[in-house]
Amino acid sequence: MSVKQHAEAAQEFIRDEARTDWHDETLWFVRHKRDKAVNTLPEWEILRDWASRIKNHTLSNLDYYLRNFEEKAASNGIIVHWASDTEDHNRIIHKIIADNKIDKIVKSKSMLTEECHLNEYLQNKGIQILDTDLGEYIVQLRKESPSHIVLPAIHLKRQDVSETFHEHLNTEKGNYDPQYLAGSARHHLRERFIESDLAITGVNFAIAESGSFVVCTNEGNADMGVHSAGIHIACMGIEKLIPKTEHLGVFLRLLARSATGQPITTYSSHFNKPRPWQQMHVVIVDNGRSRQLGRADFRNSLKCIRCAACFNTCPVYRRSGGHSYHSTVAGPIGSILNPNLDMEANSDLPFASTLCGSCSNVCPVKIDIHEQLWKWRQVIVANGYVDKGKKAGMQGMAWVLSNPQVYRMAGKIGRWIMRTFPFMLNNRLNVWYKQREMPRAPEKSFRDWFKENK
Amino acid sequence: MKVGLFIPCYIDQFYPDVAIATYQLLKKLGCEVSYPMNQTCCGQPMANSGFSDLTKGCDVNFVKNFKDFDYIVAPSGSCVLHIKEHLKEGGDKAELDKIRHSVYELSEFLVDILKINRLEASFPHKVGMHVSCHGQRGLNLSSMSELVSPEFSKSEHLLNMVEGLELLKPVRVDECCGFGGTFCVFEEAVSVKMGKDRIKEHLVNDVEFICGGDTSCLMHLEGILKRQGIGVKTIHLAEILNSTI
Repeated sequence: MSVKQHAEAAQEFIRDEARTDWHDETLWFVRHKRDKAVNTLPEWEILRDWASRIKNHTLSNLDYYLRNFEEKAASNGIIVHWASDTEDHNRIIHKIIADNKIDKIVKSKSMLTEECHLNEYLQNKGIQILDTDLGEYIVQLRKESPSHIVLPAIHLKRQDVSETFHEHLNTEKGNYDPQYLAGSARHHLRERFIESDLAITGVNFAIAESGSFVVCTNEGNADMGVHSAGIHIACMGIEKLIPKTEHLGVFLRLLARSATGQPITTYSSHFNKPRPWQQMHVVIVDNGRSRQLGRADFRNSLKCIRCAACFNTCPVYRRSGGHSYHSTVAGPIGSILNPNLDMEANSDLPFASTLCGSCSNVCPVKIDIHEQLWKWRQVIVANGYVDKGKKAGMQGMAWVLSNPQVYRMAGKIGRWIMRTFPFMLNNRLNVWYKQREMPRAPEKSFRDWFKENK
Repeated sequence: MKVGLFIPCYIDQFYPDVAIATYQLLKKLGCEVSYPMNQTCCGQPMANSGFSDLTKGCDVNFVKNFKDFDYIVAPSGSCVLHIKEHLKEGGDKAELDKIRHSVYELSEFLVDILKINRLEASFPHKVGMHVSCHGQRGLNLSSMSELVSPEFSKSEHLLNMVEGLELLKPVRVDECCGFGGTFCVFEEAVSVKMGKDRIKEHLVNDVEFICGGDTSCLMHLEGILKRQGIGVKTIHLAEILNSTI
């Protein structure tokens, strides 16, 4: 595989240190806004606890709530489809498109359709989809993938966007004014909204008791697409359910504050049933989620509501960029979700963390992300997806540290070498030494001192 | 009060002064301190790298050395957290539980068990506080910037008792330094970048020392400081609390 492992991709990202600093500060600013927003709610920690419990309960009764949702949605006139994997998901959507002979499609942000690579699938069948979320629109024009699940183009500066728009939309060269650039995108998108026959959206929350669902956006692009198109297809993972409408109050308060520091998303659109002239479809996708639900240590990763607060707080993400995670969902949450989808291809991700724990603290549904990172490391090593040299090193270290006399001898010899022949360690082969000095090697260990001075 | 002094392997080998300060401080405060002579390592380097099945030898050795104390105290939040969360061999459940519940990081032992409210310590310097993640978010040694909760810090509480010390905090009060165990070599670029960014914030405050409760973070920061020729020194909390200059 030609996909770069996280450490290597991160190293390339950091080579442009000024840009890394800009990326880090931009995302830290979002984290800081989140802090300010959550501190206005004295009940914040209680809300997190409620959300976590509602989601835990739902996951434990998922079969019941899924059937409940299907039944209610069907009685509302929504056509419900079940997809066991990405192939199923894409085929179902293609069939709806083909059956209705449609060729103009708009799509608002849906990480699930990214996960399923729907755009490429339809493109190969000669069907074009237009992403209408501004960030997604930008990365789509650049033929890139989103680097962040809430802020898809956060890796780009306005100068980059200006160049992309100049190339594709013929905007003024060198005009970096965000207002001008957004206005140009809006102008182009508007025409496509009006002429499209089919709109695809994601789903933020699906409510079992009512068979309805909620889509949250800041740009109103989901609504723009859906209101003028004859067909609305909403795609959701099986974990998007909540039992009751009254639970929405908990999640809507948590979602936007965690994501961007806003009290609520600008648009929280409720979809209950199709209008008389409209078709409404919901595609419910498993794609490995039920397998994750079966992993006791990792099941509660399915509580995730995709706010990306863990991205913004992660000191590693901020300094390595979303693309270094080579997955649809990057960041800490991606690092515990992706090994479930493909353990070998994503075996590097749980190691792309210092286990600092900040991700678990910002998580609005209290997923123990850093603990799951630790546990995935164990699973990945147990499954043999580990470098042989690293394994041998660890075995050697374990042997030394299990035998006090060997440990003391190794320490003594090691320190002597460091003092006497520093060049043996202070060289290119020592990764630590590349940008850091080695610690001073004292003549006596603490134990030596203790024997003489106790 | 029988206290077993638990000195993490890399402190024993490379930073004996931190261990000496811890030992002297505990003695000064009236503890009956023993240092079990056959201790090695808690096993964390293997476990955090995904090899927790290789930590049996360390577990057995740890239990053998530390099973007979009222309290086990270490100048490291990270190693204490590992013992609390991952010690699983070397004794029956009751023995392991006893160890897990009696192992303390130094500042939490001083504040919660000894409940000290004055210290004969003096350190007339500008000191920047580096909060270590495992001590903070793992052992709850201080409030965390992500949570909506009252502010507190066990190490600051102690540092405030030191005469002449001026404590300064970086803007991002509890961002990770990037050490992260074997992360520091397997993700070298990110690790060093994180360390450099921490140092930059302390330099703005014009500190003379960066103080922390985990020598591993300090070793990483010290390595960068020295390579960059910056005169700021790193110092462990125990060394300041034991200081009588």
